[in-house]
Amino acid sequence: MFEEALLHVCNLNKQFGSGCSQCSNPSSRMLEKNYCPACGTVYACQDISFDLFPGEILGIVGESGSGKSTMMQCMYFDEEVTSGEAFINDTTLEGENVFALSSQKKRYIRNNKYGMVYQNPVHGLKMNFSSVGNIAEKLIAAGNRHVADMEQTSRELLESVHIPLFRMKEEPQYFSGGMQQRVQIAKALSNNPPVLFLDEVTTGLDLSVQANVLDLIKNIQRESGISMIVVSHDLAVIRMLADRTIVMLNGSIIEEGLTDQILEDPQHAYTQQLVYSLL
Amino acid sequence: MKADTHFAFFDEGSKKEIRRAVLHAVAIPGYQVPFASREMPIARGWGTGGLQITLSIIGREDVLKVIDQGADESVNAVSIKKLVQDTTGVLTTESTQDASVIQSRHRIPEVPLTKEQILVLQVPMPEPLRPVEASEYQTKRLHAEDEYSGAWLLLFEQIMKYGRTATDADHPVVVNDRYLMAPSPIPRFDNPKMHQSEALILLGAGREKKIYAVPPYTDVTSLAFDDYPFTVESFEGKRCRLCGAEDVFMDELIDEENGETVYQCNDTSYCLERLNQQAKAEVEKEHV
Ligand SMILES: Nc1ncnc2c1ncn2[C@@H]1O[C@H](COP(=O)(O)OP(=O)(O)OP(=O)(O)O)[C@@H](O)[C@H]1O
Ligand SMILES: [Mg+2]
Ligand SMILES: [Zn+2]
Repeated sequence: MFEEALLHVCNLNKQFGSGCSQCSNPSSRMLEKNYCPACGTVYACQDISFDLFPGEILGIVGESGSGKSTMMQCMYFDEEVTSGEAFINDTTLEGENVFALSSQKKRYIRNNKYGMVYQNPVHGLKMNFSSVGNIAEKLIAAGNRHVADMEQTSRELLESVHIPLFRMKEEPQYFSGGMQQRVQIAKALSNNPPVLFLDEVTTGLDLSVQANVLDLIKNIQRESGISMIVVSHDLAVIRMLADRTIVMLNGSIIEEGLTDQILEDPQHAYTQQLVYSLL
Repeated sequence: MKADTHFAFFDEGSKKEIRRAVLHAVAIPGYQVPFASREMPIARGWGTGGLQITLSIIGREDVLKVIDQGADESVNAVSIKKLVQDTTGVLTTESTQDASVIQSRHRIPEVPLTKEQILVLQVPMPEPLRPVEASEYQTKRLHAEDEYSGAWLLLFEQIMKYGRTATDADHPVVVNDRYLMAPSPIPRFDNPKMHQSEALILLGAGREKKIYAVPPYTDVTSLAFDDYPFTVESFEGKRCRLCGAEDVFMDELIDEENGETVYQCNDTSYCLERLNQQAKAEVEKEHV
Protein backbone atom coordinates (compact mmCIF):
# COMPACT_ATOMS: atom_id res chain seq x y z
CA MET A 1 0.00 0.00 0.00
CA PHE A 2 1.23 3.47 -0.84
CA GLU A 3 0.99 5.91 2.02
CA GLU A 4 -0.27 9.40 1.32
CA ALA A 5 2.30 12.16 1.61
CA LEU A 6 1.90 14.64 4.45
CA LEU A 7 3.68 17.30 2.49
CA HIS A 8 3.92 17.41 -1.26
CA VAL A 9 6.27 19.93 -2.86
CA CYS A 10 6.29 20.58 -6.61
CA ASN A 11 8.82 22.56 -8.59
CA LEU A 12 9.82 24.96 -5.89
CA ASN A 13 11.94 27.75 -7.38
CA LYS A 14 13.61 30.55 -5.53
CA GLN A 15 15.81 33.11 -7.20
CA PHE A 16 17.47 36.23 -5.87
CA GLY A 17 17.55 38.73 -8.72
CA SER A 18 15.28 39.26 -11.69
CA GLY A 19 17.23 37.25 -14.26
CA CYS A 20 18.25 38.24 -17.82
CA SER A 21 17.86 36.94 -21.36
CA GLN A 22 20.70 34.48 -20.79
CA CYS A 23 19.30 32.88 -17.68
CA SER A 24 15.52 33.24 -17.77
CA ASN A 25 14.96 29.97 -19.59
CA PRO A 26 15.64 27.07 -17.18
CA SER A 27 16.50 24.58 -19.91
CA SER A 28 19.15 26.69 -21.57
CA ARG A 29 20.56 28.71 -18.71
CA MET A 30 24.28 28.51 -18.19
CA LEU A 31 25.07 29.14 -14.57
CA GLU A 32 28.29 29.29 -12.61
CA LYS A 33 27.32 27.03 -9.73
CA ASN A 34 23.98 28.69 -8.92
CA TYR A 35 24.35 32.15 -10.33
CA CYS A 36 24.19 33.81 -13.72
CA PRO A 37 27.53 35.42 -14.59
CA ALA A 38 25.79 37.83 -16.94
CA CYS A 39 23.34 39.41 -14.50
CA GLY A 40 24.31 38.03 -11.10
CA THR A 41 20.92 36.46 -10.36
CA VAL A 42 21.22 33.61 -7.85
CA TYR A 43 19.08 30.54 -8.52
CA ALA A 44 19.10 29.29 -4.94
CA CYS A 45 16.44 26.59 -5.45
CA GLN A 46 15.65 25.10 -8.84
CA ASP A 47 12.69 22.82 -9.43
CA ILE A 48 12.78 21.23 -6.01
CA SER A 49 10.12 18.51 -5.75
CA PHE A 50 9.71 15.98 -2.96
CA ASP A 51 7.24 14.30 -0.64
CA LEU A 52 7.37 14.02 3.11
CA PHE A 53 5.57 11.02 4.53
CA PRO A 54 3.97 10.68 7.95
CA GLY A 55 6.43 9.71 10.64
CA GLU A 56 9.57 9.85 8.54
CA ILE A 57 12.74 11.86 8.84
CA LEU A 58 13.77 13.24 5.48
CA GLY A 59 17.41 14.30 5.29
CA ILE A 60 18.67 17.07 3.04
CA VAL A 61 22.39 17.17 2.51
CA GLY A 62 24.55 19.37 0.35
CA GLU A 63 27.51 21.68 0.48
CA SER A 64 27.43 25.24 1.67
CA GLY A 65 25.39 27.41 -0.71
CA SER A 66 23.49 24.50 -2.25
CA GLY A 67 20.17 26.05 -1.22
CA LYS A 68 19.17 23.99 1.81
CA SER A 69 18.36 26.89 4.12
CA THR A 70 16.61 28.81 1.37
CA MET A 71 14.42 25.79 0.71
CA MET A 72 13.56 25.51 4.42
CA GLN A 73 12.81 29.22 4.68
CA CYS A 74 10.50 28.96 1.70
CA MET A 75 8.72 26.00 3.27
CA TYR A 76 8.29 27.90 6.55
CA PHE A 77 7.16 31.05 4.68
CA ASP A 78 10.11 33.13 5.88
CA GLU A 79 10.85 33.68 2.20
CA GLU A 80 8.41 33.99 -0.71
CA VAL A 81 8.95 31.37 -3.38
CA THR A 82 9.57 32.59 -6.93
CA SER A 83 7.34 29.79 -8.18
CA GLY A 84 6.18 26.36 -7.15
CA GLU A 85 3.53 24.64 -5.10
CA ALA A 86 3.26 22.85 -1.80
CA PHE A 87 0.31 20.91 -0.42
CA ILE A 88 -0.37 19.82 3.12
CA ASN A 89 -2.49 16.75 3.72
CA ASP A 90 -4.95 18.42 6.05
CA THR A 91 -8.72 18.49 5.78
CA THR A 92 -8.92 22.28 6.06
CA LEU A 93 -6.18 22.86 3.47
CA GLU A 94 -7.09 20.19 0.97
CA GLY A 95 -5.99 21.01 -2.57
CA GLU A 96 -4.64 24.43 -1.59
CA ASN A 97 -1.20 25.49 -2.74
CA VAL A 98 0.01 26.83 0.58
CA PHE A 99 2.57 29.13 -1.08
CA ALA A 100 -0.33 31.06 -2.60
CA LEU A 101 -2.28 31.54 0.63
CA SER A 102 -2.75 34.88 2.38
CA SER A 103 -0.13 35.75 4.95
CA GLN A 104 -2.75 35.25 7.68
CA LYS A 105 -3.32 31.67 6.55
CA LYS A 106 0.40 31.08 6.23
CA ARG A 107 0.77 32.28 9.79
CA TYR A 108 -1.91 29.84 10.83
CA ILE A 109 0.02 26.98 9.24
CA ARG A 110 3.26 28.11 10.87
CA ASN A 111 1.61 28.31 14.27
CA ASN A 112 -0.38 25.12 14.07
CA LYS A 113 1.15 22.74 11.54
CA TYR A 114 4.85 23.52 11.53
CA GLY A 115 7.71 23.74 13.96
CA MET A 116 11.06 25.25 12.99
CA VAL A 117 14.48 25.00 14.54
CA TYR A 118 16.86 27.48 12.99
CA GLN A 119 20.58 26.98 12.59
CA ASN A 120 21.10 30.20 14.51
CA PRO A 121 19.03 30.26 17.73
CA VAL A 122 18.80 34.05 17.46
CA HIS A 123 16.28 33.54 14.65
CA GLY A 124 14.11 31.12 16.59
CA LEU A 125 14.17 32.57 20.11
CA LYS A 126 13.61 35.88 21.81
CA MET A 127 16.89 35.91 23.69
CA ASN A 128 15.77 38.37 26.37
CA PHE A 129 12.48 36.67 27.19
CA SER A 130 12.23 33.77 29.64
CA SER A 131 12.55 30.26 28.23
CA VAL A 132 9.02 29.45 29.33
CA GLY A 133 7.88 32.67 27.62
CA ASN A 134 9.57 31.61 24.41
CA ILE A 135 7.60 28.38 24.39
CA ALA A 136 4.40 30.15 25.40
CA GLU A 137 4.85 32.52 22.45
CA LYS A 138 4.12 29.69 20.06
CA LEU A 139 1.17 28.49 22.16
CA ILE A 140 -0.22 32.01 22.35
CA ALA A 141 0.15 32.38 18.60
CA ALA A 142 -1.93 29.24 18.21
CA GLY A 143 -4.67 30.79 20.34
CA ASN A 144 -4.02 29.58 23.89
CA ARG A 145 -5.08 32.14 26.51
CA HIS A 146 -4.58 30.11 29.67
CA VAL A 147 -1.41 30.84 31.62
CA ALA A 148 -1.35 27.79 33.89
CA ASP A 149 -2.00 25.57 30.90
CA MET A 150 0.88 27.02 28.91
CA GLU A 151 3.20 26.97 31.89
CA GLN A 152 2.48 23.29 32.40
CA THR A 153 3.04 22.44 28.73
CA SER A 154 6.28 24.43 28.72
CA ARG A 155 7.47 22.70 31.86
CA GLU A 156 6.89 19.27 30.34
CA LEU A 157 8.61 20.26 27.10
CA LEU A 158 11.62 21.78 28.80
CA GLU A 159 11.91 18.67 30.93
CA SER A 160 11.79 16.51 27.82
CA VAL A 161 14.71 18.43 26.30
CA HIS A 162 16.61 18.25 29.59
CA ILE A 163 16.50 21.89 30.62
CA PRO A 164 16.51 21.94 34.43
CA LEU A 165 13.18 23.33 35.61
CA PHE A 166 14.77 25.79 38.02
CA ARG A 167 16.14 27.54 34.94
CA MET A 168 12.87 27.76 33.00
CA LYS A 169 12.35 31.43 33.81
CA GLU A 170 15.87 32.34 32.75
CA GLU A 171 16.51 33.99 29.41
CA PRO A 172 18.14 31.87 26.70
CA GLN A 173 20.81 34.53 26.25
CA TYR A 174 22.42 33.12 29.41
CA PHE A 175 22.34 29.56 28.09
CA SER A 176 25.01 27.60 26.24
CA GLY A 177 24.57 26.96 22.50
CA GLY A 178 23.40 23.39 23.13
CA MET A 179 20.82 24.53 25.64
CA GLN A 180 19.57 27.23 23.31
CA GLN A 181 19.04 24.62 20.61
CA ARG A 182 17.14 22.47 23.05
CA VAL A 183 14.87 25.38 24.01
CA GLN A 184 14.29 25.98 20.31
CA ILE A 185 13.35 22.34 19.86
CA ALA A 186 10.96 22.50 22.84
CA LYS A 187 9.37 25.61 21.37
CA ALA A 188 9.04 24.07 17.92
CA LEU A 189 7.31 21.04 19.43
CA SER A 190 4.92 22.97 21.65
CA ASN A 191 1.87 22.73 19.38
CA ASN A 192 2.42 19.10 18.48
CA PRO A 193 2.98 20.11 14.87
CA PRO A 194 2.78 17.29 12.35
CA VAL A 195 5.87 18.69 10.60
CA LEU A 196 9.16 19.81 12.13
CA PHE A 197 11.92 21.57 10.18
CA LEU A 198 15.45 21.35 11.55
CA ASP A 199 18.14 23.42 9.85
CA GLU A 200 21.67 22.49 10.88
CA VAL A 201 20.66 22.12 14.51
CA THR A 202 24.00 20.73 15.60
CA THR A 203 26.34 22.91 13.57
CA GLY A 204 28.65 24.86 15.80
CA LEU A 205 28.08 22.68 18.84
CA ASP A 206 30.76 20.61 20.57
CA LEU A 207 30.85 16.99 19.47
CA SER A 208 29.50 15.61 22.76
CA VAL A 209 26.71 18.20 22.78
CA GLN A 210 25.97 17.35 19.14
CA ALA A 211 25.49 13.68 20.00
CA ASN A 212 23.21 14.70 22.84
CA VAL A 213 20.98 16.88 20.64
CA LEU A 214 20.85 14.23 17.90
CA ASP A 215 19.77 11.63 20.44
CA LEU A 216 17.09 13.96 21.63
CA ILE A 217 15.74 14.46 18.10
CA LYS A 218 15.72 10.72 17.47
CA ASN A 219 13.87 10.05 20.70
CA ILE A 220 11.28 12.72 20.00
CA GLN A 221 10.67 11.24 16.58
CA ARG A 222 10.33 7.75 17.97
CA GLU A 223 7.93 8.81 20.67
CA SER A 224 5.77 11.32 18.82
CA GLY A 225 5.92 10.03 15.27
CA ILE A 226 6.26 13.59 14.03
CA SER A 227 7.57 14.02 10.47
CA MET A 228 10.82 15.90 10.15
CA ILE A 229 12.96 17.51 7.50
CA VAL A 230 16.52 17.59 8.71
CA VAL A 231 19.02 19.74 6.85
CA SER A 232 22.72 19.30 7.27
CA HIS A 233 25.91 19.66 5.29
CA ASP A 234 27.21 16.83 7.46
CA LEU A 235 26.47 13.39 6.07
CA ALA A 236 27.19 11.84 9.47
CA VAL A 237 24.21 13.69 10.94
CA ILE A 238 22.03 12.60 8.05
CA ARG A 239 23.20 9.01 8.39
CA MET A 240 22.24 8.99 12.05
CA LEU A 241 18.79 10.55 11.62
CA ALA A 242 17.30 10.29 8.17
CA ASP A 243 15.25 7.45 6.71
CA ARG A 244 15.36 8.97 3.24
CA THR A 245 17.79 11.52 1.89
CA ILE A 246 17.87 14.19 -0.77
CA VAL A 247 21.22 15.42 -2.06
CA MET A 248 21.31 19.00 -3.27
CA LEU A 249 23.90 20.73 -5.40
CA ASN A 250 23.76 24.28 -6.77
CA GLY A 251 20.09 24.61 -5.95
CA SER A 252 18.96 21.35 -7.54
CA ILE A 253 18.23 17.86 -6.30
CA ILE A 254 20.81 15.55 -7.83
CA GLU A 255 20.00 12.35 -6.01
CA GLU A 256 17.42 10.96 -3.64
CA GLY A 257 16.57 7.65 -2.03
CA LEU A 258 16.77 5.63 1.14
CA THR A 259 19.65 6.90 3.22
CA ASP A 260 21.25 3.45 3.47
CA GLN A 261 21.09 3.03 -0.28
CA ILE A 262 22.65 6.39 -0.95
CA LEU A 263 25.44 5.66 1.48
CA GLU A 264 26.11 2.20 0.08
CA ASP A 265 25.66 2.92 -3.58
CA PRO A 266 25.80 6.59 -4.44
CA GLN A 267 24.95 7.23 -8.09
CA HIS A 268 25.94 10.82 -8.76
CA ALA A 269 29.65 11.62 -8.88
CA TYR A 270 29.18 14.42 -6.37
CA THR A 271 27.38 12.12 -3.92
CA GLN A 272 30.10 9.53 -4.34
CA GLN A 273 32.65 12.12 -3.40
CA LEU A 274 30.59 13.10 -0.33
CA VAL A 275 30.16 9.51 0.79
CA TYR A 276 33.78 8.54 0.33
CA SER A 277 34.97 11.52 2.31
CA LEU A 278 32.77 10.33 5.16
CA LEU A 279 34.36 6.89 5.28
CA MET B 1 -5.91 87.34 22.12
CA LYS B 2 -2.79 88.02 20.14
CA ALA B 3 -3.53 89.98 17.01
CA ASP B 4 -1.30 88.41 14.39
CA THR B 5 -1.90 84.70 14.97
CA HIS B 6 -4.37 82.34 13.33
CA PHE B 7 -7.35 81.18 15.31
CA ALA B 8 -6.10 78.20 17.32
CA PHE B 9 -2.48 78.78 16.35
CA PHE B 10 -2.52 76.74 13.13
CA ASP B 11 -3.47 77.92 9.68
CA GLU B 12 -6.69 76.48 8.30
CA GLY B 13 -4.86 74.01 6.06
CA SER B 14 -3.02 72.43 8.96
CA LYS B 15 -6.15 72.16 11.04
CA LYS B 16 -8.03 70.55 8.18
CA GLU B 17 -5.30 68.02 7.69
CA ILE B 18 -5.31 67.06 11.36
CA ARG B 19 -9.13 66.89 11.31
CA ARG B 20 -8.94 64.55 8.35
CA ALA B 21 -6.63 62.28 10.36
CA VAL B 22 -9.10 62.49 13.26
CA LEU B 23 -12.00 61.50 11.01
CA HIS B 24 -9.97 58.65 9.62
CA ALA B 25 -9.20 57.53 13.19
CA VAL B 26 -12.87 57.68 14.19
CA ALA B 27 -13.81 55.62 11.16
CA ILE B 28 -11.40 52.83 12.15
CA PRO B 29 -11.57 52.59 15.95
CA GLY B 30 -8.18 51.92 17.54
CA TYR B 31 -6.24 52.18 14.28
CA GLN B 32 -3.19 54.46 14.37
CA VAL B 33 -3.48 57.07 11.64
CA PRO B 34 -0.22 58.75 10.65
CA PHE B 35 -0.29 62.54 10.44
CA ALA B 36 2.19 65.33 9.78
CA SER B 37 2.96 66.33 13.33
CA ARG B 38 3.89 70.00 13.61
CA GLU B 39 6.43 71.90 15.62
CA MET B 40 4.79 73.47 18.64
CA PRO B 41 5.90 76.25 20.97
CA ILE B 42 5.95 73.71 23.77
CA ALA B 43 8.41 70.98 24.74
CA ARG B 44 8.06 67.88 22.58
CA GLY B 45 7.72 65.39 25.39
CA TRP B 46 4.69 67.19 26.71
CA GLY B 47 1.59 66.42 24.82
CA THR B 48 2.11 68.11 21.50
CA GLY B 49 0.05 65.31 19.95
CA GLY B 50 -2.90 66.05 22.20
CA LEU B 51 -2.46 69.77 21.80
CA GLN B 52 -2.53 69.56 18.01
CA ILE B 53 -5.81 67.64 18.17
CA THR B 54 -7.29 70.11 20.65
CA LEU B 55 -6.28 73.09 18.52
CA SER B 56 -7.72 71.64 15.35
CA ILE B 57 -11.09 70.61 16.81
CA ILE B 58 -11.76 73.51 19.15
CA GLY B 59 -14.34 76.16 18.27
CA ARG B 60 -15.22 79.53 19.79
CA GLU B 61 -18.13 78.03 21.75
CA ASP B 62 -16.03 75.35 23.40
CA VAL B 63 -15.04 75.28 27.03
CA LEU B 64 -11.66 73.74 27.70
CA LYS B 65 -10.33 71.77 30.64
CA VAL B 66 -6.73 70.57 30.76
CA ILE B 67 -5.41 68.10 33.30
CA ASP B 68 -2.01 66.64 33.95
CA GLN B 69 -2.01 63.45 36.03
CA GLY B 70 -5.33 64.44 37.52
CA ALA B 71 -4.37 68.02 38.35
CA ASP B 72 -5.70 71.15 36.64
CA GLU B 73 -3.20 73.49 38.20
CA SER B 74 0.06 71.78 37.18
CA VAL B 75 2.51 73.97 35.26
CA ASN B 76 2.10 71.91 32.11
CA ALA B 77 -1.68 71.94 32.21
CA VAL B 78 -1.70 75.67 32.82
CA SER B 79 0.69 76.45 29.99
CA ILE B 80 -1.33 74.35 27.51
CA LYS B 81 -4.55 76.01 28.64
CA LYS B 82 -2.91 79.42 28.22
CA LEU B 83 -1.68 78.68 24.73
CA VAL B 84 -5.12 77.53 23.60
CA GLN B 85 -6.84 80.42 25.32
CA ASP B 86 -4.42 83.01 23.92
CA THR B 87 -4.97 81.82 20.37
CA THR B 88 -8.72 81.14 20.54
CA GLY B 89 -10.20 83.15 23.37
CA VAL B 90 -12.26 80.15 24.53
CA LEU B 91 -13.37 79.80 28.12
CA THR B 92 -11.54 77.39 30.35
CA THR B 93 -12.78 75.53 33.36
CA GLU B 94 -11.63 73.12 36.03
CA SER B 95 -15.03 71.49 36.30
CA THR B 96 -15.34 68.28 34.32
CA GLN B 97 -19.09 68.72 33.72
CA ASP B 98 -18.66 72.24 32.36
CA ALA B 99 -16.00 71.36 29.80
CA SER B 100 -16.77 70.43 26.20
CA VAL B 101 -13.17 69.55 25.36
CA ILE B 102 -10.95 67.92 27.97
CA GLN B 103 -7.29 67.42 27.24
CA SER B 104 -5.62 65.06 29.64
CA ARG B 105 -2.40 63.31 30.41
CA HIS B 106 -2.42 60.06 32.38
CA ARG B 107 -6.02 60.20 33.63
CA ILE B 108 -9.67 60.00 32.63
CA PRO B 109 -11.74 62.18 34.99
CA GLU B 110 -13.79 60.55 37.73
CA VAL B 111 -16.99 62.30 36.66
CA PRO B 112 -18.49 60.20 33.84
CA LEU B 113 -18.14 61.96 30.49
CA THR B 114 -21.13 62.62 28.27
CA LYS B 115 -21.86 62.52 24.58
CA GLU B 116 -21.48 66.29 24.43
CA GLN B 117 -17.83 66.01 25.43
CA ILE B 118 -14.57 65.09 23.72
CA LEU B 119 -11.64 63.69 25.67
CA VAL B 120 -8.21 64.25 24.14
CA LEU B 121 -5.48 62.04 25.59
CA GLN B 122 -1.78 62.66 25.18
CA VAL B 123 0.22 59.65 24.09
CA PRO B 124 3.96 59.19 24.42
CA MET B 125 4.10 55.64 22.93
CA PRO B 126 1.23 54.79 20.60
CA GLU B 127 2.49 51.37 19.51
CA PRO B 128 1.59 48.60 21.99
CA LEU B 129 3.67 46.08 20.04
CA ARG B 130 6.86 48.15 20.04
CA PRO B 131 8.48 46.31 22.99
CA VAL B 132 8.36 43.08 20.98
CA GLU B 133 8.84 44.46 17.48
CA ALA B 134 11.18 47.34 16.73
CA SER B 135 10.25 47.77 13.07
CA GLU B 136 7.32 50.01 12.16
CA TYR B 137 6.85 48.09 8.92
CA GLN B 138 6.45 44.87 10.88
CA THR B 139 4.08 46.29 13.51
CA LYS B 140 1.87 47.68 10.74
CA ARG B 141 1.75 44.23 9.22
CA LEU B 142 0.94 42.63 12.57
CA HIS B 143 -1.97 45.03 13.04
CA ALA B 144 -3.18 44.36 9.52
CA GLU B 145 -3.12 40.64 10.18
CA ASP B 146 -4.70 40.91 13.63
CA GLU B 147 -1.63 39.16 15.02
CA TYR B 148 -1.17 40.24 18.61
CA SER B 149 0.74 37.32 20.12
CA GLY B 150 3.54 39.72 21.04
CA ALA B 151 1.32 41.77 23.36
CA TRP B 152 0.03 38.62 25.02
CA LEU B 153 3.60 37.42 25.39
CA LEU B 154 4.51 40.63 27.25
CA LEU B 155 1.68 39.99 29.70
CA PHE B 156 2.72 36.36 30.05
CA GLU B 157 6.28 37.43 30.89
CA GLN B 158 5.01 39.80 33.56
CA ILE B 159 3.02 36.98 35.14
CA MET B 160 6.06 34.70 35.05
CA LYS B 161 8.23 37.36 36.68
CA TYR B 162 5.86 38.97 39.17
CA GLY B 163 3.02 36.51 39.51
CA ARG B 164 0.56 38.98 38.01
CA THR B 165 0.30 41.40 35.12
CA ALA B 166 2.44 44.26 36.29
CA THR B 167 1.39 47.05 33.94
CA ASP B 168 0.73 50.02 36.19
CA ALA B 169 -0.40 52.15 33.32
CA ASP B 170 -0.98 51.85 29.59
CA HIS B 171 -2.36 48.33 29.89
CA PRO B 172 -3.17 47.35 26.28
CA VAL B 173 -6.78 47.17 25.13
CA VAL B 174 -8.60 45.75 22.13
CA VAL B 175 -10.93 48.24 20.48
CA ASN B 176 -14.11 47.20 18.74
CA ASP B 177 -12.91 43.57 18.75
CA ARG B 178 -10.23 44.41 16.24
CA TYR B 179 -7.30 46.73 16.89
CA LEU B 180 -4.90 46.45 19.78
CA MET B 181 -4.41 49.90 21.25
CA ALA B 182 -2.25 51.65 23.84
CA PRO B 183 -4.78 53.57 25.98
CA SER B 184 -1.99 56.05 26.87
CA PRO B 185 -0.43 55.85 30.35
CA ILE B 186 -3.72 55.99 32.24
CA PRO B 187 -3.91 53.70 35.30
CA ARG B 188 -5.69 50.37 34.77
CA PHE B 189 -8.37 51.95 36.94
CA ASP B 190 -9.35 54.14 33.99
CA ASN B 191 -9.36 51.44 31.30
CA PRO B 192 -13.00 50.43 31.93
CA LYS B 193 -14.05 54.06 31.47
CA MET B 194 -13.14 53.73 27.80
CA HIS B 195 -15.56 50.86 27.29
CA GLN B 196 -18.81 52.14 25.78
CA SER B 197 -17.76 55.68 26.63
CA GLU B 198 -20.40 58.24 25.74
CA ALA B 199 -17.73 60.79 24.97
CA LEU B 200 -15.53 60.62 21.90
CA ILE B 201 -11.95 59.82 22.92
CA LEU B 202 -9.14 61.06 20.69
CA LEU B 203 -5.53 60.09 21.29
CA GLY B 204 -2.56 61.98 19.87
CA ALA B 205 1.15 61.15 19.79
CA GLY B 206 3.19 64.13 18.62
CA ARG B 207 6.64 62.65 18.49
CA GLU B 208 5.42 59.40 16.93
CA LYS B 209 3.08 61.29 14.57
CA LYS B 210 -0.02 59.15 15.22
CA ILE B 211 -3.66 59.90 15.93
CA TYR B 212 -6.19 57.28 16.98
CA ALA B 213 -9.65 57.22 18.47
CA VAL B 214 -12.29 55.43 20.47
CA PRO B 215 -15.63 56.61 19.07
CA PRO B 216 -18.62 56.83 21.43
CA TYR B 217 -20.27 53.55 22.44
CA THR B 218 -17.36 51.39 21.31
CA ASP B 219 -16.32 48.16 22.99
CA VAL B 220 -12.94 48.40 24.68
CA THR B 221 -11.57 45.33 26.44
CA SER B 222 -8.38 45.12 28.43
CA LEU B 223 -6.10 42.25 27.47
CA ALA B 224 -6.27 39.43 30.01
CA PHE B 225 -5.66 35.70 30.12
CA ASP B 226 -8.52 33.34 31.01
CA ASP B 227 -6.99 32.46 34.36
CA TYR B 228 -5.62 35.94 35.13
CA PRO B 229 -8.60 38.28 34.75
CA PHE B 230 -7.99 41.97 34.27
CA THR B 231 -8.08 43.84 37.57
CA VAL B 232 -7.86 47.53 38.37
CA GLU B 233 -5.89 49.10 41.18
CA SER B 234 -7.82 48.47 44.36
CA PHE B 235 -8.49 51.16 46.94
CA GLU B 236 -10.79 49.00 49.00
CA GLY B 237 -11.20 50.32 52.52
CA LYS B 238 -9.41 53.54 51.57
CA ARG B 239 -11.02 56.96 51.48
CA CYS B 240 -9.83 60.37 50.46
CA ARG B 241 -8.49 62.22 53.50
CA LEU B 242 -9.97 65.47 52.17
CA CYS B 243 -13.38 64.67 50.71
CA GLY B 244 -13.92 61.13 51.98
CA ALA B 245 -14.47 59.71 48.47
CA GLU B 246 -14.21 55.96 47.92
CA ASP B 247 -14.00 54.04 44.66
CA VAL B 248 -11.86 56.66 42.95
CA PHE B 249 -8.23 56.57 41.89
CA MET B 250 -6.18 57.80 44.80
CA ASP B 251 -2.65 58.99 45.41
CA GLU B 252 -0.80 57.47 48.27
CA LEU B 253 0.84 60.07 50.49
CA ILE B 254 2.85 60.00 53.67
CA ASP B 255 1.41 62.18 56.39
CA GLU B 256 4.28 64.48 57.35
CA GLU B 257 3.23 64.73 60.98
CA ASN B 258 2.76 61.12 61.98
CA GLY B 259 4.40 59.28 59.07
CA GLU B 260 1.23 57.35 58.27
CA THR B 261 0.10 56.46 54.77
CA VAL B 262 -2.90 58.51 53.72
CA TYR B 263 -4.95 58.64 50.54
CA GLN B 264 -6.23 61.50 48.51
CA CYS B 265 -8.22 61.83 45.26
CA ASN B 266 -5.88 61.98 42.29
CA ASP B 267 -8.53 63.93 40.35
CA THR B 268 -8.16 67.27 42.13
CA SER B 269 -11.15 69.03 40.59
CA TYR B 270 -13.39 66.12 41.55
CA CYS B 271 -12.12 66.34 45.12
CA LEU B 272 -12.57 70.10 45.24
CA GLU B 273 -16.09 69.90 43.89
CA ARG B 274 -17.03 67.39 46.55
CA LEU B 275 -15.55 69.60 49.23
CA ASN B 276 -17.51 72.59 47.93
CA GLN B 277 -20.72 70.57 47.87
CA GLN B 278 -20.12 69.39 51.39
CA ALA B 279 -19.49 72.95 52.54
CA LYS B 280 -22.62 74.14 50.78
CA ALA B 281 -24.67 71.38 52.40
CA GLU B 282 -23.32 72.39 55.77
CA VAL B 283 -24.30 75.99 55.20
CA GLU B 284 -27.77 75.02 53.98
CA LYS B 285 -28.30 72.83 57.00
CA GLU B 286 -27.42 75.70 59.31
CA HIS B 287 -29.89 78.01 57.58
CA VAL B 288 -32.86 75.66 57.70
N1 LIG C 1 18.90 37.12 0.49
C1 LIG C 1 19.73 36.61 -0.42
N2 LIG C 1 20.11 37.36 -1.46
C2 LIG C 1 20.95 36.84 -2.41
N3 LIG C 1 21.42 35.59 -2.38
C3 LIG C 1 21.06 34.81 -1.37
C4 LIG C 1 20.20 35.27 -0.33
N4 LIG C 1 20.02 34.26 0.54
C5 LIG C 1 20.72 33.21 0.08
N5 LIG C 1 21.35 33.53 -1.08
C6 LIG C 1 22.16 32.66 -1.91
O1 LIG C 1 21.43 31.49 -2.14
C7 LIG C 1 22.29 30.38 -2.20
C8 LIG C 1 21.80 29.32 -1.28
O2 LIG C 1 22.03 29.72 0.06
P1 LIG C 1 21.57 28.86 1.30
O3 LIG C 1 21.80 29.65 2.51
O4 LIG C 1 20.20 28.35 1.05
O5 LIG C 1 22.58 27.65 1.24
P2 LIG C 1 22.76 26.46 2.26
O6 LIG C 1 22.71 25.22 1.47
O7 LIG C 1 21.84 26.58 3.39
O8 LIG C 1 24.26 26.69 2.75
P3 LIG C 1 24.94 26.45 4.19
O9 LIG C 1 25.32 25.02 4.24
O10 LIG C 1 26.14 27.33 4.15
O11 LIG C 1 23.96 26.85 5.24
C9 LIG C 1 23.68 30.91 -1.88
O12 LIG C 1 24.36 31.09 -3.11
C10 LIG C 1 23.42 32.20 -1.21
O13 LIG C 1 24.48 33.09 -1.43
MG1 LIG D 1 22.09 26.88 5.50
ZN1 LIG E 1 21.08 36.41 -15.98
